[in-house]
Amino acid sequence: MATTAPPEGFQGHAEDHAHDHDHDHKPAFFARWFMSTNHKDIGTMYLIFAIFAGLIGGAFSGMMRLELAEPGIQYLDTFTRMFGATNPDFNATLNTWNVLITAHGLIMVFFMVMPAIIGGFGNWFVPLMIGAPDMAFPRMNNISFWLTVTGFISLLISAFVPGGYGLGSGVGWTVYAPLSTYGSAGPSTDFAIFSLHLAGAGSIMGAINFITTIFNMRAPGMTMHKMPLFVWSVLVTAFLLLLALPVLAAAITMLITDRNFGTTFFDQAGGGDPVLYQHLFWFFGHPEVYIMILPGFGIISQIVSTFSKKPVFGYLGMAYAMVAIGVVGFIVWAHHMYTTGMSVNTKMYFTAATMVIAVPTGIKIFSWIATMWGGSLEFKSPLVWAMGFIFLFTVGGVTGVVLANGGVDDVLHDTYYVVAHFHYVLSLGAVTALFAGFYYWFPKMSGRMHSELLSYLHFWVFFIGVNTIFFPQHFLGLQGMPRRYPDYAEAYSFWNEVSSIGYLIMAASLVIWFINIIYAYTAGKKAEDNYWGEGATTLEWTLSSPPPFHQYETLPVIDDKAHAH
Amino acid sequence: MKFAKHAGMLSNAIKALGLSLALIAITATVQAAAPAAATMEQAAPAAEAAAAPVEAVVGAPAVAAPAEAAAAAPAGSYKRMKPTEGVGMPVDGRLGLQDQYSSLGEYGLWIHDAILMPIITVISLFVLSLLLWVIVRFNRRRNPVASRTSHNTLIEVAWTLVPVLILVGIAVPSIDLLAKQLKPAPDKALTVKVSGNQWFWTYSYPDNGEFEVVSYMLNLPGYPEINPGKRLVGSDLSDGPGQFEVDNRLVLPVGEPIRLQITAADVIHSFAVPSLWFKLDAVPGRINEKVLTIDKPGVYYGQCSELCGPKHAFMPIAIEALPRDKFNAWVLTQAGGKIDGEEEAAEPAAAAPVAAAASAAAPAPAAAGAAPAVPAE
Repeated sequence: MATTAPPEGFQGHAEDHAHDHDHDHKPAFFARWFMSTNHKDIGTMYLIFAIFAGLIGGAFSGMMRLELAEPGIQYLDTFTRMFGATNPDFNATLNTWNVLITAHGLIMVFFMVMPAIIGGFGNWFVPLMIGAPDMAFPRMNNISFWLTVTGFISLLISAFVPGGYGLGSGVGWTVYAPLSTYGSAGPSTDFAIFSLHLAGAGSIMGAINFITTIFNMRAPGMTMHKMPLFVWSVLVTAFLLLLALPVLAAAITMLITDRNFGTTFFDQAGGGDPVLYQHLFWFFGHPEVYIMILPGFGIISQIVSTFSKKPVFGYLGMAYAMVAIGVVGFIVWAHHMYTTGMSVNTKMYFTAATMVIAVPTGIKIFSWIATMWGGSLEFKSPLVWAMGFIFLFTVGGVTGVVLANGGVDDVLHDTYYVVAHFHYVLSLGAVTALFAGFYYWFPKMSGRMHSELLSYLHFWVFFIGVNTIFFPQHFLGLQGMPRRYPDYAEAYSFWNEVSSIGYLIMAASLVIWFINIIYAYTAGKKAEDNYWGEGATTLEWTLSSPPPFHQYETLPVIDDKAHAH
Repeated sequence: MKFAKHAGMLSNAIKALGLSLALIAITATVQAAAPAAATMEQAAPAAEAAAAPVEAVVGAPAVAAPAEAAAAAPAGSYKRMKPTEGVGMPVDGRLGLQDQYSSLGEYGLWIHDAILMPIITVISLFVLSLLLWVIVRFNRRRNPVASRTSHNTLIEVAWTLVPVLILVGIAVPSIDLLAKQLKPAPDKALTVKVSGNQWFWTYSYPDNGEFEVVSYMLNLPGYPEINPGKRLVGSDLSDGPGQFEVDNRLVLPVGEPIRLQITAADVIHSFAVPSLWFKLDAVPGRINEKVLTIDKPGVYYGQCSELCGPKHAFMPIAIEALPRDKFNAWVLTQAGGKIDGEEEAAEPAAAAPVAAAASAAAPAPAAAGAAPAVPAE
């Protein structure tokens, strides 16, 4: 328990014990927020950071949708000058496009979804749900957060220093060699790669922390098979992080040495192979997409169960479906590489293996519906968001089954169909799960109730907006429009314009969200301990809203009957 | 974005719905008109030929031997084909895949349209209707007391097995398509080598005298000069749409398997033609090989499909598919072009320096001196 830094600064541990009797004593501002060892404070910082980074990444996508609203290059020159270039030539102007797609992808994956869903909700609610006073390694928790922030700063720097063709690194979030090695001179790509090193190191430490916490710090009586599904989802995610991120670290370290120290891991002229990089990257990259969505599955399970006033249907099936998704997620990576010239047997294997993932995913979808079946549904905002998630994730999932077919991928690979697919599972899936979790837990975290009316409004405007953005992109992809294009032929103009209008609708929904947050802090009612009522049965609802600075000074004991699944 | 323009979107949306239906009719009409368009005489302006060296090779003999003499002098019978609107290119506002012009493409299109799309649509609607049903039936008012059911082995087995069966049903034709796509070419198949470069394509014909064609996108009106020295798109009657049309197309024969060997000289590119169901990455240090069989003469467009730097969007692919005799005629217009088993065509005197210039301009193929080529099966 002696994890609170004393308000006076660094004066050793002697004084900590003096505060033990007061479980709600908070350190002074600097010590509390910059030297934090409190999982709830670190979770809050992760959430604030993710919102901030998400706004930047979202602004980048707004710039892209603006440029793509009609054929021709209209705004890129202005954007290039915004980044600080003077008199950019045409290549530098076009390079800005590639910088935007790269930054948008990296920010949304590493600095928005992951910090929010694992760093934010994971940090906040895993200890609360398992009855632990804090994370297992509170100081490592702190450095995880600050490494993520440092990584983000490194990524931002990369946009303002010279890359190969102008300011910024235009290599795509996949950082494929050799475009990212001899194809991009200048320090920009090094900064971008280094940002992944930092964020990755932070995530690995976070993963170690979660695994240790979940294995060792569950309250008496909470066996693995009694853990809430959100905790299961974070546990599986942590294992994926622990196994996948070192591979990414290796791959991008090889990029760095290829770029700067004359090695030729990915350079054919020295006996290397560019395709090796893709194998390494996607061995990380495919588990990464499950890293982003699995905690969302956990959040949806909690919400559906709460508002159906029923235990989750098929609890064990749900838990082990996530384990199965995690395991199979490691053996399907090359479906991102169907067009690299793989042999027919390899393509057949990856086609079959990829389709297998649809089975545990289907189990999850049907189990959520079965949880609601026979329930007494109360359509509070988190459930509305969760039902939106289930439908949108289904749509994103079935287009994944189409793309899984190596033979069909020949016509859809690297088109807007793929863009639509992964935005349906991430932008409409993971982000919808994030908002569902936000409305579910925001009063618990802040102590203030949000407006349900504004939450519904937020949902519907967001739902219409993101569908208007991304559904037409299926049509663009089927007609062959390649992704990562700043400009397109007249024949792609109609659906692109529709898509850009959708962005405006989506952006309006974020305004409603911010108004809702402001409302909660200025006029929102004080939240009760368990403001969702009888359906909310996990341990965080036994605490006050917000929970005390240090909770569970006396560990809760899990009663077999009350929490039996 | 201009607000006024968006005001017209509603009418566009209505049009788009009708468009997809009307398209079938339009396509049929245009295709009927196509032969007439293809026979239109193409002017080969001298000034333009001087500006674009490789163009001269194509253009000069066409002037020398007009179309009427086709039977007598095959070398003169080649004319740059005018593409048919809506064929081998995207159509605005359309919902589905492009029409296919290879038998593999038709098979793939059938798998997508007749198997995958119906299945995923039904699954999505099924999930949606279940959600709507629980909203209607199991809300707090109609069902005040929640059941405590949390297990049902039968239904859990069912929703595991049924998806497995559906997936097996998808996998059978899908794996079959893969096997067909990656069948090696017959020994006597024509080999054409494709090389991706920042930001143009080079095509060489080792079976026809090793000549090489360098293919740049035509410049676009209202843009900065993207490819210095190239003419504007639309300055020739045979030009297709901007962003897709190139100065020198990849000319291929129809109705026979062609062995495409694809590599890259600098970074990774991807050679993609949606209407021929073809996409294969151009990777430096590797030669990727796949068979392409085109069923119908025509012009088919594609675009580079792997991020390759700033002008990634400006290195399209244009394939001109011709009957064998016209293809042979085209080969003979190329400097050094020859047909197997025939006498080498007398090289047009003017063409020799041009060919030298062309090969000097093209970078050395990356595969040379690199890791052993890994041919695709």
